[in-house]
Amino acid sequence: MNDSVEYIVEGRAQVALEDDPVDAAVRTAGLVRRFGTTIAVDGLDLCVRRGEIYGFLGPNGAGKSTVIRILCTLLKPSAGTASVAGYDVAQDPGSVRVRIGVALQDAAIDDRQTGRELLILQGRLYGLSAAQIRLRLAEVLDLVDIGTAIDRRIGTYSGGMKRRLDLAAALVHNPEVLFLDEPTTGLDPHSRTAVWSEVRRLNRELGMTIFLTTQYLEEADSLADRVGIIASGRLLAEGAPAVLKHSVGHDVIVAEVDGDGTLALETLRSFEELEPAWSADGTITVTTIDGPAALGTVAVALGRSGLHIRSLTMRTPTLDDVFMEMTGSRIDREEVLL
Amino acid sequence: MTAVEIGSVMGREAGFVQDVRAIAGRALRQIPREPAAVIPAVFVPAFFYSVNLGALEKLAGTALNYKAFLLPMAIAFAVTGMSRAPALVTDIQSGYFDRLCMTPIKRSALLLGLMVADVAVIAALCLPVLAIGAIVGVRFATGLPGLLVFVAFSALWGLAFTCFPYAVALRTGSPAAVNACYVIFFPLFFLTDAVVPKQLLTGWFSVIATYNPVTYLLGALRSLITSGWQFRPLLEGTAAIAGLAAVGIWLALAALRARIRMGE
Repeated sequence: MNDSVEYIVEGRAQVALEDDPVDAAVRTAGLVRRFGTTIAVDGLDLCVRRGEIYGFLGPNGAGKSTVIRILCTLLKPSAGTASVAGYDVAQDPGSVRVRIGVALQDAAIDDRQTGRELLILQGRLYGLSAAQIRLRLAEVLDLVDIGTAIDRRIGTYSGGMKRRLDLAAALVHNPEVLFLDEPTTGLDPHSRTAVWSEVRRLNRELGMTIFLTTQYLEEADSLADRVGIIASGRLLAEGAPAVLKHSVGHDVIVAEVDGDGTLALETLRSFEELEPAWSADGTITVTTIDGPAALGTVAVALGRSGLHIRSLTMRTPTLDDVFMEMTGSRIDREEVLL
Repeated sequence: MTAVEIGSVMGREAGFVQDVRAIAGRALRQIPREPAAVIPAVFVPAFFYSVNLGALEKLAGTALNYKAFLLPMAIAFAVTGMSRAPALVTDIQSGYFDRLCMTPIKRSALLLGLMVADVAVIAALCLPVLAIGAIVGVRFATGLPGLLVFVAFSALWGLAFTCFPYAVALRTGSPAAVNACYVIFFPLFFLTDAVVPKQLLTGWFSVIATYNPVTYLLGALRSLITSGWQFRPLLEGTAAIAGLAAVGIWLALAALRARIRMGE
């Protein structure tokens, strides 16, 4: 996959022309979605290449799910255009639907059916023959690991089992483009790892394009070929995770402090090689070219500012730092921590 | 639309008939799993039939075969309001309706599939009530063909009525609103000649009963039991069902369009 960073102009990523393939799996241009006076999606330009795993990262309420619902033909854009697998979602939703598989944020499955009945029904609605359904059930059940519970009513399933069944339902018809809306939220670590493995396998072996939203930094970092960072309905940055992280600085020094860090911020800004930022959760983040060399300078500056330092660590940048760089705030840490 | 192949299996539009079969099949599978949704439809008409028969048969005298006269009321009670609308609300609330909408299913099949299942259930619900009638001595003057027409009229009436709870379910997605919808059931049924012959009704009650389509449904059903093949009551009954169906289907399809128009 292409590791180039997309151009970031006035807070919005502009897809470079040379990276804008004619046969994009997902493409939006100036996409807007309003709910009354609220603008959930605000002029979104996206281009996801065929065969790519694209991670859509942002906090709750950023507009991720609204974008997914537009791309999956559940919502019409208020303005702008969106196409999936080459078909416009508003003008030709039927052609889009036959080519997509979707697992929404809350497993949208029917508790009153058995898992097997749900998958068979899904196969029938995609026009599969009985033999094809049997074949696909064997394949998807192998991957979702539901075991004999597949013949139990879904109402008896755990949350993790429902998510896995939801994923299986999204895959029954071998979609071209798979949309996963926060696919591992609420899953235990074992199930999360299994989903990650399956996402990689689907992409690697079948060439399936996968568009996933997540608020888990690790998930986007681990899975996605490219990541789009969204906040308040706007795309703030887009690119390969490694390149995005590199773009915010080589090293990050994080200080957890007691007290108001704004004064320390002024002090730190007096050092040309430091780029400090203050977060309301009591964290001062300093990006710098040479972390080890700057560590002492930061410690002294914080001490002189009269702050009590609870911890001082140095690490390489994360996507959260990219988000911090773009928005001045962090993705909700309680939601983020795995 | 072309088919799509990534692995060895291709996804495509299944077609309208297959869509309706799939949705109806799912709805019918759920019936035995939710006996609470069906048992009242058997118990309530049997209860009303027994109570009214016990209380009013002697008042009716010998000039009127009250057992036969009352049976259509029991049938209408059994079949009216029996629908999968509450299940549709559950689907809307759980997000499963959205999942169905993201498949290439024909939109009208989402509703028609449920209605096909309703017709099957409604026809089945006629049987225990007819059995009760047979036990107490009710016989059809029109014989077996008349009985089949009787069941068909009842099923079509029930189907026409189901449009209203479906319309409410699709508009609101609220179980309370769907339950409230059944409130219209009571005036429709009690402001008729359901338990008293029409010629005995007086004043405003008689006027309302004259314009109430249920009166004509009951008239058609009674004619099949007591009078033999009579054109006029059957025509009036057909018109009553068609009128209710026309309004109901229009409302239900408008509600479906509103629900699936992608949040414009």
